[in-house]
Amino acid sequence: MKEAIAGTLESGDIMITIGPGKGLEIALQSSVEAQFGRQIKAVITETLEGLGIKDAHVDAIDKGALDCTIRARVTAAAVRATGKDVWKD
Amino acid sequence: MRNSKVVSLEEAIRQSGLKDGQTISFHHHFRGGDKVVNMVVDKLAQMGFKDLKLAASSLSDVHKPLIEHIKNGVITGISTSGLRGELADAISHGLLSEPVVFRSHGGRGSAIAKGELKIDVAFLGASSADELGNATGYGEKSICGSLGYALPDARYASHVVVLTDNLVEYPNMPQSISAADVESVVVVDSVGDSSKISSGAIRDSKNPRDILLAKQAAKVIINSGYFKDGFSIQTGTGGASLAAVKYIREEMIARGIKASFALGGITAHMVKLHEEGLIGKLIDVQSFDKVAAESIHNDPLHQEVSAVEYASGQHLGSATHALDIVILSALEVDTQFNVNVLVGSDGIIRGAIGGHQDTAADSALSIIVCPLLRGRIPCVVPKVTTLITPGKSVDVVVTEYGIAVNPGRPEIAQRLQEAGLKVVDINELAAKAASIIGTPDPLPFGDKVVGIVMNRDGSVLDKIYNIK
Repeated sequence: MKEAIAGTLESGDIMITIGPGKGLEIALQSSVEAQFGRQIKAVITETLEGLGIKDAHVDAIDKGALDCTIRARVTAAAVRATGKDVWKD
Repeated sequence: MRNSKVVSLEEAIRQSGLKDGQTISFHHHFRGGDKVVNMVVDKLAQMGFKDLKLAASSLSDVHKPLIEHIKNGVITGISTSGLRGELADAISHGLLSEPVVFRSHGGRGSAIAKGELKIDVAFLGASSADELGNATGYGEKSICGSLGYALPDARYASHVVVLTDNLVEYPNMPQSISAADVESVVVVDSVGDSSKISSGAIRDSKNPRDILLAKQAAKVIINSGYFKDGFSIQTGTGGASLAAVKYIREEMIARGIKASFALGGITAHMVKLHEEGLIGKLIDVQSFDKVAAESIHNDPLHQEVSAVEYASGQHLGSATHALDIVILSALEVDTQFNVNVLVGSDGIIRGAIGGHQDTAADSALSIIVCPLLRGRIPCVVPKVTTLITPGKSVDVVVTEYGIAVNPGRPEIAQRLQEAGLKVVDINELAAKAASIIGTPDPLPFGDKVVGIVMNRDGSVLDKIYNIK
C-alpha cells in the first residue's frame, strides 16, 4: 500500500488520506466532531473492512460530509492506495 | 462656538463621572466596521477603570480585543443582542464569570425605557455631529444611515457622549440624536468603516437551494391570505430572504398590489421597490447597506425609527404591531416550531437574536426559511439547542423538502394546500433530516451558565451553558 488521497476541504466534503499502518488507525478532524465524530469513524471503518483492508493509517479532515460522501471518498482513496480497482475487479 | 461640548475622549469620560462597576453602552450601526467600542474600552482600560458592564446593541467579530479587557477585569459583564467570532467562542468556553444577557432589539429598547437596563454612560458613534451634539448617521467620512438602536441610549442614559469623525457647523439638521440628550462631543479620526456595514455588495443569490427556498417562501406569502393591497412586510438579509423579495415584486406588479410599508433592517432591495412605487414607506431601524443609508438621508418617506418604536413589546404603538408579514431565518427549528438563531449546533454562540422574537410575536404571519440540512448539521430538529423564539409565534417553516404550518394556524395550512403547495408535518421534516445524517451525539456542555436568553417581555427564556 502506498499513500493516496481522495476528497477536498470544501464544505460538505471530507478529505481522506490513506497510508500504510498496523490495524486501522483513524485520525479525524471534523467541524461536527462532537455530534458526529463517532458515526464518521464508524463509516470509515465499515467501508475499509468492506474492502478487505485491515491495516491502514487514515487521516480524515471532515467538513460536514454526509455518510454517502464519506463512503465514496474512503473507497476512492483505498483504490488509489492499493491499486485494486473495486469497481472493475 | 459658545457652550461647545467638544472635548477629548479622556475629558469626556472624566466629565461623565463614570465609576468602576457602572454600565456603559454602544450601538452597532457600523456592524463589522465599528471602531467605537474598541477605542473607548481601550481608553477606559488605560485610565484604570475596572468592573464595567458593557451594554451593546450587538457585538461582532471586530470586537475580539474585548477578550483581553475581560481577562484584565476591565469588563466584567456584557449584555447584547448577539455575539460572533473569537469573542463569542471564548465566552462560550467560559471566559466571562457573569453570564451574558441576550435581548432582542425590541427587548433591549423596552428594558432601557423601563429602567431594567440602566445605562450610566452611553458612547454613541455618529457620522456627523455639531458642537452641541446634534448627531446623524450621515457624514463626509462615514455613513451608517439609521441610528435606531442608539436612540433609546441617547434618551435614557444618565450621560451621553457622542463620538464623530465629521464635526459640522451648528445646526446639524435634521438630527437623529438631539443635542438636548448629549453631554459631550468627541472628535475622532474614524468612528467606523462604512464599507463593512454590509458584507460586500448585496447580490442576488445564485445558490440553487436558496432560489428554491425563496420561490417557496414567495408562494407562501402570495397564497397566505395576507398578500393584499396595503400589506406590510419585513425581511432579513439572507440570500433566500432577498431572493424572495424579487419573486414577490413580480407578483405585486402582475396583480397591481402595493405594500403600505417595509420595516426593519432596510436593504437596497427594499429601497428599489419603494422607488418603483411598490412600497409606500420605509421604516428603518438599521440601514443594511450604503444605498439604504443614502436613501434615509434623501427620501422623506424613508424614516428612521428607534428600537422602542420599532419592536418594543411593551409599547403598543411599536411598528411590529402593524406588521403583516415577516420572513426570518433560523439556525434550528424544532418540532414545536421553536427557533434558535443564537447558538450553533456545536454549542458555540454564533449569532444574534436581532428582531427575531419581536417580529415573530407581533406580525400577522411569520415565515421561517431554512434548508433541512447545512452540510451535516440539521436545521429541523426534535429540540432546539437554545430557545430564542417560542414556537407559538412561528406560523410557517419553509424548507426544500416541504412547508410545515403551525397546527395553531389551520387556516393558513388550508390556503397553502389549496394553492397546491407541499404542506408536510414538521415531525416528518425532522425525521427526514435524521434519516440522512443519523442521530447526533449530545454536545459536551459544562455546568457553568455563560448566557441568559431573555424574552422580549423581560422574562428568562433559556440558559446557555459553557461548551467543553
